[in-house]
Order: sequence, then C-alpha cells, then structure tokens
Amino acid sequence: MTKPDSEWTWKELPEGTVMLEPGNADQYRTGDWKTLKPVLNKALCIHCGLCYIFCPDMSYSLDSEGYFIVDLFYCKGCGICAKECPTGAITMVAETEEK
Amino acid sequence: MGKRIGMEVSLAAAEAVKQAKVDVISAYPITPQTHIVEHLSEIVANGEMDAEFFCVESEHSALSVCLGSEATGARSFTCTSSQGLALMSEITYIASALRLPIVMIIANRALSGPISIWNDHSDVMSIRDCGWIQYFAENGQDVYDHVFIAYRLAENRSVLLPVIINLDGFTLSHVIEPIEFIEQEKIDQFLPPYQPVHRLHPDRPVSMGGIALPSIFTETKKAHEVAIRSSMSKILDTWKAFGEMTGRYYHPIETYKTEDAETLIVIMGSYAETASVAVDLMREEGRSVGLAKIRLWRPFPFEDFKKATLHAKQLVVIDRAISMGGPGGPVASEVKAALYGEPMHPAVYNYAAGLGGRDVSPADFIKMVDKAEIEIEEGNREGFEIYGVRE
Repeated sequence: MTKPDSEWTWKELPEGTVMLEPGNADQYRTGDWKTLKPVLNKALCIHCGLCYIFCPDMSYSLDSEGYFIVDLFYCKGCGICAKECPTGAITMVAETEEK
Repeated sequence: MGKRIGMEVSLAAAEAVKQAKVDVISAYPITPQTHIVEHLSEIVANGEMDAEFFCVESEHSALSVCLGSEATGARSFTCTSSQGLALMSEITYIASALRLPIVMIIANRALSGPISIWNDHSDVMSIRDCGWIQYFAENGQDVYDHVFIAYRLAENRSVLLPVIINLDGFTLSHVIEPIEFIEQEKIDQFLPPYQPVHRLHPDRPVSMGGIALPSIFTETKKAHEVAIRSSMSKILDTWKAFGEMTGRYYHPIETYKTEDAETLIVIMGSYAETASVAVDLMREEGRSVGLAKIRLWRPFPFEDFKKATLHAKQLVVIDRAISMGGPGGPVASEVKAALYGEPMHPAVYNYAAGLGGRDVSPADFIKMVDKAEIEIEEGNREGFEIYGVRE
C-alpha cells in the first residue's frame, strides 16, 4: 500500500478493498511480531547458507562479503535459522537485551 | 410487446439467464431450485448459450466458482435453496465484500430440521445481513424480469453489489404461469456487456480478498454499508428504465387498496397474491383492508414503507420465518424498527404462517386479520403468534 492501512479512510478504499498495487506485501512489517531476534557470530559462520534456505519468510540475503544477513523488518523471530545452523553461529537474543 | 407464453416459472428463470447472456453458471442441484439449473445445463449443452456450466461438488464451491469467474469480469450466475444456501453462506459475505455483481436466485425452502423440502423464508433469513441486494418475487413475470433488472443494477459502477432474487419454492418455482418474454434486441440494449472496474487480468495485476487488520476492517464495513444504502437511487432508476422498456413498473413497496384502509396486511413473496384475493373478499363485505407487499428486502425501504403504512390503524405482518426467542418474525421486526421513531404509528400484529410449505389460503388470511383486529382492540398491540398450530 502507498500508506499504512491505519491511515486510509473508508472513502479512499477501492471497491471491494481490492489491492491495486501488486507485491505490496513487501511493505508489511512482520518484524515487530518477534520477541527474539537472531544474532550472527561471523567468526563461526561457514557460509553454508542453511539459514537462508530454511528461513520460512525469506528474510535472509547474501551480502557482499558472503555472509547471510537477516532483515529484521521481516524476521518474525521463529528461531529456525539458529536451530539449523551447524556451527552454532546464530543465537536468539531477546530484543530488549540488545546492546 | 413480447410473446406471452405459458411456462413453468423455473424454466422462465433459466430462459432469462440465457437472454441475459451470462458467461458462467455454477450450481449444485437442490430441491426446489433443480429445474432452473437443469434447464440451464440443457440450454448450454444444446449450444443455445455461449456459457461455461460448472458442475461443482457443493454449493460452497458453486458460489466460490462464481466469485472467481466474476472477478475476471465474466457475468456469473448461481442458484440454490435451503441447505444449499446454508452451505454457501460463508461465501455470500465474501462475494458482497469483494463487491462482485453476481446474481443468485434462491428458490426459498425451509431450513432443516426437521427435514422439509417445502417453502418458507427461513433459508434466506439465515443470511439476511450478508450485504447483498435482495428482492422478493411475487409471480413468474417478476422472476423473469428481475434477472435483467438484477444484472443491470448489480453491474452499475456506482452499485457493484451482488443481488439475490427470492422466489418461493414450489408455490412459485413449480407452477406454470403466463410469462411475457422480452425481445433479445431490447434486452441487449437494457443490459450491455459487463464492464468491471477492477478485475483479475495478467496485464494489470491486482489482489482481491486480502486480510484486513483491525486497523482497516471497520473502514471496509463502512464502505460496504454506505454502498448498499446508497444503491437505493440506482434500484429505483433501474426499475424506471425497465418500466419504460416493458410497461411493467416495480416499486420497493407495492400497495393494493391501501389508500383508505384501516388494516393492512404486510407480506413478502408469492403469498401476496393470495393475500390480495383475501383483501378483495373482505372488501366485498365492506371491511377496510388493504395490502402492502415488500418487494425490496435489502436495502430495506424504510421511507417507502412508512409512506405506504403510517396512515393505517393496524398492520397484520405475516412472516414466513421465525426469529426463535426473538421479537417474532424478521419482517415484523423490521416493520417495528421502521415505525419506532414515529409519534403516531399503527399497531403491529405479527403471525408466522406458511412454515415448511403449509398452505395459507385466502380464508386463512381473513382469519388472521379477524383475530389481529380483536387482539389489538383488546389492547394487545404488539402480539406475535404462529398461525394455525394444532393445540
């Protein structure tokens, strides 16, 4: 959507609440659902990409240095990446404990 | 003037769907709707109609198919009764929320239990608040005419709402009546091809049927409610245009001998014709009785109703369904709501009658009026009773 749905008035809604803008799900912040967030220890990372493969929300992407980095705008904090990581490079940390 | 042909009302309804050049028909057979879809499947199989006929495994699927086809811009039709409507009820709310101008005929039949295949209005009352425009037909000509009226109205860009045409199962669906057919050229003029505002098309992708969070759900309901309320002027325009074409003019509330009447019978559907016979018989005896027929059930024509009935001393409202443990019947409930704000209004005596196909004769209407007049005279101004129960 071109603006957050909490700002639409009823008069502005298209008939049938049709979404006229394709692919607008990428503007939907699911990141604020989480209580735990994944934190990567690059020293342990072997660049296997299992976090990227297993992430159900496709929140991981490869950066220029070859690390898979999570996008916290989408990450719901499910912890699958941490569970699957073969070297224990990813740990789930409570958001409030962030330093 | 078109040709006048004696025909079973169900078949006439199917012929109207053919003449309306519907693109997609999706239905599951259920008594007493069966003849309508059987005849349509014959018409399509014979190549008399360029349409896709979907044989689905349930009514839930029947309306779901219409949802999809209408969303692509194809004029779509379905038809059901009773348990079938109950099974598709989930989708009725979605069709109207998506503002898809589907037209559905309901051959009204009692909802089980006990199992009944016969006529009353309990089926459609179960989806009363589904946000569709709803007509009640009085006779076969109404049914035939309203197929064209319904599509033209539904597809109007300032309406875009699905429409239900209610016709009484058996007492209307299975009787043979003279139907005046309209020439195809006239219909094509009255009902041009559907031009959707939004539709599913690969060249211009849109999403339909998304989730609405609490932050926007209320706004969608407001938009829907305003749409159905403000459809009233288009409903009247459409009837007017139809009247100019055929000479048959329809109104939200139709009255029969009401002007000077002290007592008015209020009813919806085909039993209005029987009631008019009763009115004639009572008039012959010098009684001051008239009849107000509710043709438009949603949006409810509050102003027209008041205009037609406020002068009367009492209304005898005959419901074909019961709101169990509630105010009586759904029609009387609406009638009382319409009159509530008026300082002086008629007494409303309510009967539930003709449940599960029990016949209501002119003599029964007279008995109901007799008893209501006595009850009201004795001070019971808001009574409710089920008519004709063996004690």
